[in-house]
Amino acid sequence: MKKEEIEKIIFSILKQIAPDTEPSELALDENIKETLGIDSFDFLQFIITLDEKLNREIPEQDYGKITTMSSLINYLTQNMK
Amino acid sequence: MIEFVMPSLGADMEDGTLVEWRKKKGDTVKRGDIIAEVETQKGLIEIEIFDEAVIEKLLIGPGTKVPVGSPLALINPIHDKAETIVTTTAKKDLIHPIIEKEKTPASPTVSSDDRIKISPLAKRIATENNIDTSTLSGSGENGAITKEDVEKSIAKKLKGALSQEALGTTTEDETASASISIRAAVAAAMSKSNREIPHYYLEKTIDMTKALVLMNKANKERPVKQRLLPAALLIRAVALSLQEVPELNALWDNGLQIRSDINIGFVVSLRKGGIIVPAIPAANLKTIDEIMSALNDIIPRAKALKLRSSELSDSTITMTSIGEGGADSVYGIIYPPQVAIIGFGNISEQPFAENGMLGVRPIVRVTVSADHRATDGLIGSRFLTALNRHLQNPASL
Repeated sequence: MKKEEIEKIIFSILKQIAPDTEPSELALDENIKETLGIDSFDFLQFIITLDEKLNREIPEQDYGKITTMSSLINYLTQNMK
Repeated sequence: MIEFVMPSLGADMEDGTLVEWRKKKGDTVKRGDIIAEVETQKGLIEIEIFDEAVIEKLLIGPGTKVPVGSPLALINPIHDKAETIVTTTAKKDLIHPIIEKEKTPASPTVSSDDRIKISPLAKRIATENNIDTSTLSGSGENGAITKEDVEKSIAKKLKGALSQEALGTTTEDETASASISIRAAVAAAMSKSNREIPHYYLEKTIDMTKALVLMNKANKERPVKQRLLPAALLIRAVALSLQEVPELNALWDNGLQIRSDINIGFVVSLRKGGIIVPAIPAANLKTIDEIMSALNDIIPRAKALKLRSSELSDSTITMTSIGEGGADSVYGIIYPPQVAIIGFGNISEQPFAENGMLGVRPIVRVTVSADHRATDGLIGSRFLTALNRHLQNPASL
């Protein structure tokens, strides 16, 4: 899957979780959770939906590696099956 | 035959508007069935029935706004349980509608007072709030106007101002107006609490290492959908600690009334501002997994303002958790008529000393805000000690 497609999927999930925000305007190095005001519960929903749409289970110990858009996209493209 | 009344879904609720009947005359209903949908300050709420019964008569139609305690329907209990009435009435009496003293511009005409029977206290409150007592009908002896009559009138005035504000809005702004009314509900409940409840505060720093190790290990073995959040463990630990210190799992109504059910109200923040506090019923009887499923069910519904009546009215204590990355500690304000609120700060790595050794550990600062009329600091301290003990033995959770 291309980087752009992954990005699109991420934005659509984030938009569902935080409908009052504009995820596509996130700067690459901005902290996603902080900027969009996403709590632990919604973050877990984000991880669950990512798994559903990309078939990728992100282990809990890797949460620290996916805090920004650039690190998340990197993480997902590098470990793509 | 008994009256099924508009339930009170919290100290801040005064009335509700019937949106839809889900049952009709002649229907047999059982405990937990949804009988109606009611629009309240806290969104569209599904109203549940408390006992097995047959609906005899629906008394009001959709669109009707009635105060808490007004009959909605007549029902005929199948088992002869007088309890049903008791529960409903007790609930109604226990939670008094709260009245905000709000100065609204109105022409104060208290001149005709000498012809009106009114208690001195009621008269003073009326004057303070610019209420024209000549327009009030008294419910006291010989038609005298009581303090309650005046307070009701103030509440009406306040509500009127609120709904006027909401009227002008379009459907697009529905969430915005819901957020205004939730703000008003929070404001009313918290003002009442701060005015009436002498709070005392305690704090304890708790090492979360063992609990988190257990949780992370469990999460590794699970599919994403079944992962646990620290909140589930904390709720379980709070519930078990409350079994040991039941004085905090109580309501205050002219005295301490300890509740046998441990229904933990969990504070959910809304994106548009405001909070909503759905209850996790019988949390002490649930496993961590069951608590997590309850959270998975209730949090999205709370955020969408789609809760059932019992979920809003049954809490026996409140718990608030700041969550990852947030403030280190939170000192809550009690939600009346409860007597305590437990606050969890952000879990973060901090220097922590134990057995003469200093290490870096994930810690959480836990606070208790409790009603000093109901309990003393010793009770709050016992609770925090018990909580610490449970979190240091997470396998027993």
